[in-house]
Amino acid sequence: MNRTRLWILHMAAGVVLFLVLGMHMAIMHLGGVSHLFAPYAGTADSIQNSLFRDRMPFFTVSYVLLLGVALFHGLYGFRTILFELTLKRAAERAITVVLLVVGLGLFALGTWAAVAAHGMALAGVKG
Amino acid sequence: MTVLDRRSNRLGVWGWLGGGRWGMERYAYILHRITGLAILLYLLLHIVVTSFRVEGIYLWTGNGFLHSPVFEMGEYLVFAAFAYHACNGLRLVLVELGVAVGKPTEPVFPYKTSLNVQRPLLIGMMFLALILVAMGAYAELIG
Ligand code: HEM
Repeated sequence: MNRTRLWILHMAAGVVLFLVLGMHMAIMHLGGVSHLFAPYAGTADSIQNSLFRDRMPFFTVSYVLLLGVALFHGLYGFRTILFELTLKRAAERAITVVLLVVGLGLFALGTWAAVAAHGMALAGVKG
Repeated sequence: MTVLDRRSNRLGVWGWLGGGRWGMERYAYILHRITGLAILLYLLLHIVVTSFRVEGIYLWTGNGFLHSPVFEMGEYLVFAAFAYHACNGLRLVLVELGVAVGKPTEPVFPYKTSLNVQRPLLIGMMFLALILVAMGAYAELIG
């Protein structure tokens, strides 16, 4: 994919993040006011409230979406900052490879955890 | 024919902070970069920390390592960084699409800059970010 396309994708990812991360933040950080998807007593990040959300397929799907889009947007943004230094081609290539490995690795870890947590919450694991 | 060297006009590290005209937008840009990098660092750690819950390890609750006032404060700062980065980022996308930058005009002296045309959008977005930061603080206090 050429650089202009990737950059447009970076912008589009920003818009998707505005919506999905906005929802995540409204639940986790404005919980004291919003009480969204956190029916149990305590904070939105209590174990019971976490398990409540993990049980819903909607959250498993939105976590994986958020994970992928945020990793792409953040790491591609970081790559842009590094490339502003006008590095040698070999260094640029090495940076791309390292960021790709980090991004794909964390995407795999996070996806596995989100899916496993969904299964465990359904199986009735108590916090 | 002279051959263009792509490294001849490189600014290096100075290009990150210096260079260009310093206006309100320049500070907005520096803060956008700092907040972007800060939430990226948080995201990378956040993925690992929250993945531990599959092992039944919830570091952020009860007597968990991350359930201390210092980390709670840090989390609030991450929220504030998000509020700024999201509002300013949306402004950048809108400006990129040509929204709120005005119509192109003939370059006749005294030259006008489109920065003055799009400044209300910047001010509006900063206002929105401030409201979110205040809401976050309120939710933190009563939560
Ligand atoms: C909440 C929604 C978000 C929006 C609307 C958004 C928007 C943007 C936009 C438009 C840019 C490009 C700036 C430019 O080219 O001048 C950008 C850059 C960047 N963003 Fe985001 N972003 C969001 C969330 C995030 C998140 C969650 C992270 C971290 C994981 C992040 C990390 C970065 C980084 C590292 C850059 C590069 C900064 C630079 O080039 O100066 N952003 N963002």
